[in-house]
Amino acid sequence: MSPWLLVALWSLQAPAGTSRTLHVSPGGPLPTLTAALEAAAAGDTIVVRSGVYQEPEIVVRKRVTILGEGAPVLRGGDHQILRIVADSVTLRGLVFRDVSPSAVDDRAAIRVEGARGCRIEDNTVVNSYFGIYLAKAAGCAILGNRITGPATTESLTGNAIHSWSSEDLVIEGNVLRGHRDGLYFEFTTDTKVRDNVSTANLRYGIHFMFSHGCSYTGNRFIANRAGSAVMYSRGVVMEGNRFLESRGASIYGLLGKDLVDSRITGNLFASNTGGLYLEGVIRVEVRGNEFMSNGWGAVVMADAEGTRFERNRFQENSFDVSTNGANATTRFAENYWDRYPGYDLDGDGYGDVPFAPVRLFAFIVQQHDPALILQRSFFVSLLDAAERVAPILTPRMMEDARPSMAWPAPGIGQ
Amino acid sequence: MSAPRSVVEASGITKRFGKLDVLRGIDLSVPSGRITGLVGPNAAGKTTLIKSLLGLVRPDAGRLEVLGQPVNGDERYRHAIGYMPQAARFPENLTGVELLDMVRDLRGTPPSEDSELLDTFGLAPELAKPVRTLSGGTRQKLSAVVAFLFQPDLLILDEPTAGLDPVASGAFKEKLLATRERGASILLASHTLAELEEVADDIIFLLEGRVRFHGPVARLMSLTGFARLEKAVAALMRQGIS
Amino acid sequence: MSNAVKVLRYQLRDIVRNRWMLAYGLVLLALTEGLFRLGGDGGRVILSLLNVVLILVPLVALTFGTLYLYNAREFIELLLTQPVGRGAMFAGLWGGLALPLCLILLGGIGLPFLLHVAASPIPTRSLVVLLGTGCLLTAAFTAIAFLIALRFEDRARGFGSALVVWLICAVVYDGMVLLVVTTFRDYPLETPLLTLILLNPLDLGRVLLLLDFDVAALMGYTGAVFKRFLGTSLGIGVGLAALSAWTIVPLWFGLRRFRRRDF
Repeated sequence: MSPWLLVALWSLQAPAGTSRTLHVSPGGPLPTLTAALEAAAAGDTIVVRSGVYQEPEIVVRKRVTILGEGAPVLRGGDHQILRIVADSVTLRGLVFRDVSPSAVDDRAAIRVEGARGCRIEDNTVVNSYFGIYLAKAAGCAILGNRITGPATTESLTGNAIHSWSSEDLVIEGNVLRGHRDGLYFEFTTDTKVRDNVSTANLRYGIHFMFSHGCSYTGNRFIANRAGSAVMYSRGVVMEGNRFLESRGASIYGLLGKDLVDSRITGNLFASNTGGLYLEGVIRVEVRGNEFMSNGWGAVVMADAEGTRFERNRFQENSFDVSTNGANATTRFAENYWDRYPGYDLDGDGYGDVPFAPVRLFAFIVQQHDPALILQRSFFVSLLDAAERVAPILTPRMMEDARPSMAWPAPGIGQ
Repeated sequence: MSAPRSVVEASGITKRFGKLDVLRGIDLSVPSGRITGLVGPNAAGKTTLIKSLLGLVRPDAGRLEVLGQPVNGDERYRHAIGYMPQAARFPENLTGVELLDMVRDLRGTPPSEDSELLDTFGLAPELAKPVRTLSGGTRQKLSAVVAFLFQPDLLILDEPTAGLDPVASGAFKEKLLATRERGASILLASHTLAELEEVADDIIFLLEGRVRFHGPVARLMSLTGFARLEKAVAALMRQGIS
Repeated sequence: MSNAVKVLRYQLRDIVRNRWMLAYGLVLLALTEGLFRLGGDGGRVILSLLNVVLILVPLVALTFGTLYLYNAREFIELLLTQPVGRGAMFAGLWGGLALPLCLILLGGIGLPFLLHVAASPIPTRSLVVLLGTGCLLTAAFTAIAFLIALRFEDRARGFGSALVVWLICAVVYDGMVLLVVTTFRDYPLETPLLTLILLNPLDLGRVLLLLDFDVAALMGYTGAVFKRFLGTSLGIGVGLAALSAWTIVPLWFGLRRFRRRDF
């Protein structure tokens, strides 16, 4: 009788309602996680001891807790490493390595498929095509994982955390780098994305589409090759994030397209070629953000409807705001502009004359990209001055009627 | 002092300023140890010739040697030359002391200085003042001091006594004679022919950019039959123009 | 000590008593200090000073430079009758102007930063870039001023020409560049545009500043040549070399004129 069968029999004899702990170790009675899963019953805990495990795709079909002890390594190859199809599975402290890229399927180190209530915590994923792939998942928490991709080319690298058609997720404290997108959401709703670090990815730090009612707070998106992109979504809250060092042609710290009823508040956009780009957005509130040392602080296309920029800080940008049409309807109020030349005689903390943040030169550069080389020339200063005296090209609507003299702006409601 | 036989050797020197032919072929050999007067009417080319000797003006053609050295841009021969321009112009903000220090500095440390003129002219109290506050005559005295300071082998003086009072002028002439006594050569451009008659051994007469006469004063007089230099030169001028 | 250094020393002694130099230093001091007093931190003060350096420094170098050479005529004539060569004379004259102008720039802008070091830490890198570019512009435009002063005997014409050169470099030239950019929008413009920039020392100085202060915006260029030139140290290298050439070439032509000149 094989030890395998012995264990299986033992597990069947176990009294119902008590959960057991199974141990996986190389050379032990349960040398593979697959074997342990066969042996386990719902509610059991499987402890995987230190070692390197090379198994065919591991499928978790039972409600179990899998814990790594001493950073055991699960190796992949040209297939997925672990797939969760059962509800309420916990995965903690494991190391996943080496899932080769594929043109046919979206292989991941960890795939969650149609499962609810999973908890994937403190794992490490190295050199995998996709990192954690959630499909039709719900109520899952993805916490404190470190996912490092091979950073080769965009087509040979999948996303670090990929979510499709899922809902009610919490994604918190993960460190994501070297993948195509750090965070990718499609048709994912009511999800909270908090305090993650997404950096040096080949495309976007965060990329989401058709994902309504999600909130993104306290994340850091640094030096991702194409910045971040949020598109075709409603009810998005982005707060307290940092978008840093995204540089290159048409690259923005945060690109927002077709967002509806969303808030972008208290974020920092610094040292990007473009800080924030908004196109086709409706009722987006941009409030209390800092735009520092960007090429373009904010680029707002003329098709934005009901967009409001309030109490933001614009400092040391080459261009604070630019747009593509004279009929832009975006409203600015109580922002701090380091270029504001006006005065505050009544001492209420707000400038007495309006400030038009779109310079004529920004307009020219928008249409004739090479003209940028004339930035800071005396001639261009004269042009800008002439435009201030007799505006002909820059949109009058885009004017801050009450520019703040300091940042944060005085008064309540910051 | 190893003076060459002649202090200036010039042949075929020409110089044009725009459309104006100022020097039209100067051939000269000025012997050493003598005071040579350079005379001629206005615009005869006296100052241009002097500036050529100093390297201030570049001749268009011809060969020029001063103290045995070709004048070709190498400045070292000027160590042995003292120069006093027609109207001394100094950097306005410098004081006399600074000016003298500067010239000393540029010349390096000479073996001995001849500051006799400084005492003769009683210039010492003026030296602390910026040059711009000094009168024309005082500046001219300062210029003379600078020219004689380093006991040069060749002194080139352009209208040196023009701004000097009679007392200073007299002292200056004595200085000229004393300088010749110590073996130096002096080239002296002047309109004051009476003065030249007192000190000059030789005369160079320049007219329209050419040397019309060069020789001892006595020969000029015997040539023209006049006993006074003034008349003799006037006679030369009439000959030249006719 | 070489004669060039001696000449430079006399010129320094003379020029420190010049009230225009004093005024230049005071203006820089007052501007920088004023920007600090208006509530700027070091970074903002530097951004405001960019335009000052790009406009004022070439203007001062050109106008002072021509007047200086005209005013130094007596000094030049006196020294050339002494055992001083023309090369040494010229080098000393130029150094005697460029050096104090650079020192005044460094002091006039640098001192307020030192005074405010407790309240606002010095943005060292940006300050070095600003002052370094200012000194290079001073060197180039004093050299150009010398060339102008040696070209025109008449000081009114020389001074007028210096102003015209400044107006061209600071305003007209860039207007022309903008015209080129908008007129030939459908043509590949990168190489011609960079060439145009190299031909104007003021633009060169400006682009050197852009490479530090607007690098995020410059990275937005789509063209490969721009990317290579502006996105790497190549731009800084070529810019520094070209700006140095704008000092050396005018000085060389100036020296040639100076050597041939009659005094």
